[in-house]
Amino acid sequence: MSALRERALAWLYTRPQARAWALLAPGGFWLVAFFLVPLLLMFVYSLMPRGIYGGVEPGFTLEHYARFIDPLYLQVLQRTFAWSIACTVICLFLGYPVAYVIARSSRWRTFLLFLVVLPFWTSFLVRTFAMIFLMRDTGLVNSWLMRLGLTEEPVTMLYTPFAVMIGLVYGFLPFMILPIYASLEKLDSSLLEAAEVLGARPAARFRRITLPLSMPGVVAGSLLVFIPALGSFLTSDLLGGAKQVMIGNLVQNQFSSARNWPFGSAASFIVMALVLAAVMWYLHVKDRPVGLEITK
Amino acid sequence: MNRLPRWLIAITGAVYFFLHLPILVLVVFSFNNSKFSVDWRGFTFQWYHRLLERPDILRGLKASLLVGGAATIISALLGTLVALALGRQRFRGRRAFEGFLYLPIVTPEIVTGISLLLLFALLKFPLGLTTITIAHVAFCISFVVIVVLARLQGMDENLEEAAMILGADEITTFWKVTVPQLWPGILSGALLAFTMSFDDFVITSFVSGPGSSTLPIVVYSMVRKNVEPSINAISTIILLATAILIYLADRLARAK
Amino acid sequence: MTGTHKGTPVVQFVGVSKSFGDVKAVDDVSFDIRRGEFFSILGPSGCGKTTTLRLLAGFEEPDEDGGEVRLLGETVNKKRPYERKIAMVFQNYALFPHLDVTRNVSFGLEQRKTPKSEIEDRVRRALEMVRLKPDVFSKRLPGQLSGGQRQRVALARALVLEPAILLLDEPLGAIDLKLRKEMQLELKSLNQQLGTTFVYVTHDQEEALTMSDRIAVMDNGRVAQLGTPAEIYENPRTASVARFIGESNFFNGQAGRRTGGRWVVAQPDGGSFEVPDHPGITDACQVQIAVRPEWMDVQKPDSIPPGENALMGTVRDIIYLGETMHVIVTVPGTGDVTVALRNEGQLIKPLLWKRGDTAAVAWLPEDCQILEAE
Repeated sequence: MSALRERALAWLYTRPQARAWALLAPGGFWLVAFFLVPLLLMFVYSLMPRGIYGGVEPGFTLEHYARFIDPLYLQVLQRTFAWSIACTVICLFLGYPVAYVIARSSRWRTFLLFLVVLPFWTSFLVRTFAMIFLMRDTGLVNSWLMRLGLTEEPVTMLYTPFAVMIGLVYGFLPFMILPIYASLEKLDSSLLEAAEVLGARPAARFRRITLPLSMPGVVAGSLLVFIPALGSFLTSDLLGGAKQVMIGNLVQNQFSSARNWPFGSAASFIVMALVLAAVMWYLHVKDRPVGLEITK
Repeated sequence: MNRLPRWLIAITGAVYFFLHLPILVLVVFSFNNSKFSVDWRGFTFQWYHRLLERPDILRGLKASLLVGGAATIISALLGTLVALALGRQRFRGRRAFEGFLYLPIVTPEIVTGISLLLLFALLKFPLGLTTITIAHVAFCISFVVIVVLARLQGMDENLEEAAMILGADEITTFWKVTVPQLWPGILSGALLAFTMSFDDFVITSFVSGPGSSTLPIVVYSMVRKNVEPSINAISTIILLATAILIYLADRLARAK
Repeated sequence: MTGTHKGTPVVQFVGVSKSFGDVKAVDDVSFDIRRGEFFSILGPSGCGKTTTLRLLAGFEEPDEDGGEVRLLGETVNKKRPYERKIAMVFQNYALFPHLDVTRNVSFGLEQRKTPKSEIEDRVRRALEMVRLKPDVFSKRLPGQLSGGQRQRVALARALVLEPAILLLDEPLGAIDLKLRKEMQLELKSLNQQLGTTFVYVTHDQEEALTMSDRIAVMDNGRVAQLGTPAEIYENPRTASVARFIGESNFFNGQAGRRTGGRWVVAQPDGGSFEVPDHPGITDACQVQIAVRPEWMDVQKPDSIPPGENALMGTVRDIIYLGETMHVIVTVPGTGDVTVALRNEGQLIKPLLWKRGDTAAVAWLPEDCQILEAE
């Protein structure tokens, strides 16, 4: 064995901390430099006054955050929050049944799962465009509505809150289905059989066994929909037009036409804070035991 | 117990319909022989031919492939190293690092996009394919780690011990036993990274400069300008490419 | 290799300890293993037997002042597994999934830079030794083999290196009963044929008793007893060993008078029994004995043979096992005592005992094992 190799081996074997950090260093450095530092920079910028060309000037100010008390911007926040919640709820009511059916099927399962996973990985831009293609005044839905004689004029679907909501649900539904499916799949069917033997009807079995035990999946799925919805930008941009402004659009605006980087940073930071709050909440709740009614 | 209620199946069918109809429609109409109308006027490949005539599409494709290739290689390398540390080493600060690793996944794209723009602006680093690549690596690393780590943890730990007792030192064991076992996971992670890089729009839009548009950026401006069925054509191609890549990634992840 | 002459044990553990955090998995363990021996380390889960094996292999290092592990006379505490001349068969075989049978078996030879022509030959012979036809199995992948076949390949991979010492970590755990018995005989036969020292870890006492030349029974990180199968079965030294090997009944009391080579041991509840003289017994000390069910008998209270110990109780259960019949008698102050009677056609004649009967459990004073404190 060569001397160099022996030395490398000795070093590898005797210094676990050094070894581990050597492996982590390149990736860690990249993430610190190109993810963490930019975030910190953004935070710092959000506290600085706006410069002449839209950048920043030295100084300290809270004015950018204060602007969110203004009804104009508060409304954007509220709208974003409300739509995200609405989208999550709709996805839950549409997604849970699908997850349930997939978990209960045996023959079709792989195929059904594949059909859910596929949209998950498809370009969001392409999927949003598909919605446009369907919903615009000259789009397919209107064409068929008129052909069937159901309406004379094209129904305006695009550039409405309705379009944005459909787009959000369409985009994020797979994110709800998969975690719930994962959770239901782990459910031990003998629990349900035991309940049946003890006299519980289907509705009761669902309410008292299936639903509580699938809660981890429901929570995870809800988070996987709520968080990206909060930060979403493309959907409201392409499907909502100028009127349906979400925080994401506000941020983007400050970096293009409105040219107000610190304000954009502040708005961006608010989104980030909301997201982190949601994640913290999730980490806090996820390991709590599921409350089951045993008696009654 | 084994019969699913009708209404449940109906909802499921409707949801699947909802999820897939738009895409199907998009694909079908990419072959429609009509520029503006949504009535079917015959089958044609012309929109696909048109794509080949468009320099912006071709440039965009080239840019996406370059960025995708570079970002994939770098993030696969860095991600694998991190996964090896998390999967096989015991060290302090491990949980903190894992948490840190998952941050890029939960952070909204808009936030990562503009924060990187701020950094490059501060450093006066010109926006172009390089900045796009840097950004893509930043969000791909975490995904690669997840895939490779899963593979590593599913690996029989005894294999490495068996190799050592048969006379192979740590370095030999790594190359002859760990890497061959890990390889499908690394490839799978790489394919995932490529797919995400190829499809990315939001982050890319902030860190790209004029003349360094990737394919999604070109498509976006086409959508905005409401141009012809060529959009359907390029969308179909992107869909097909993605489906194949994901299928391969999935097969590799399952490989023994 | 220093100090290896006929008499030197091939393996020596000298006061070895290994802790994981606050837990001492191996606590001051010492033993020798002789050349060519089939040596088993036996004990329940968590007793430290696997850790002991791993210390031998080099996957774990003893604590800072935790004794010495010696192989062939040399202290190897700091030596890596690949520096030790040891071979090992793992519990789940650990065959390399991406290599075929031949490459698996030749792996160790390749590491030693053995010439190609020699490798081919040795692999062939190793496969034949474990009764796998080389022509059929050489090119197969582990995924294409059954559990038993994989186990044989794992064995071949170890034996092809012609090791002085072979470690086996519960290798027969995942195999069904009939095949297990066959493999046990094969392993024993290989041990005798090759003269290789086998160090075998198991939790199955029957297995250990069948195959071993000597057994080290471990409990809570310590060696409770070291001896031949017969010694361990007939004369377990502590209660934990007695409990782990075969079945035993335990009786406690305080030593009182000493008459003609025997001590009278008095139980708190009033019963008493006699035990033969033993250096460990002094006046008024606590005595605990183990008596195997097959050494005992159940008698009617008024017809106890003279000279036998007897304790009164009530019959709780009678279990018919074919060859034997177990009668369980509840003795106040001691608990349930199991007596094993030979089946002498009791089904034809009416059973002597039924639940609720008053009966005495009896045994000869010599038929007991005086236990040491743990």
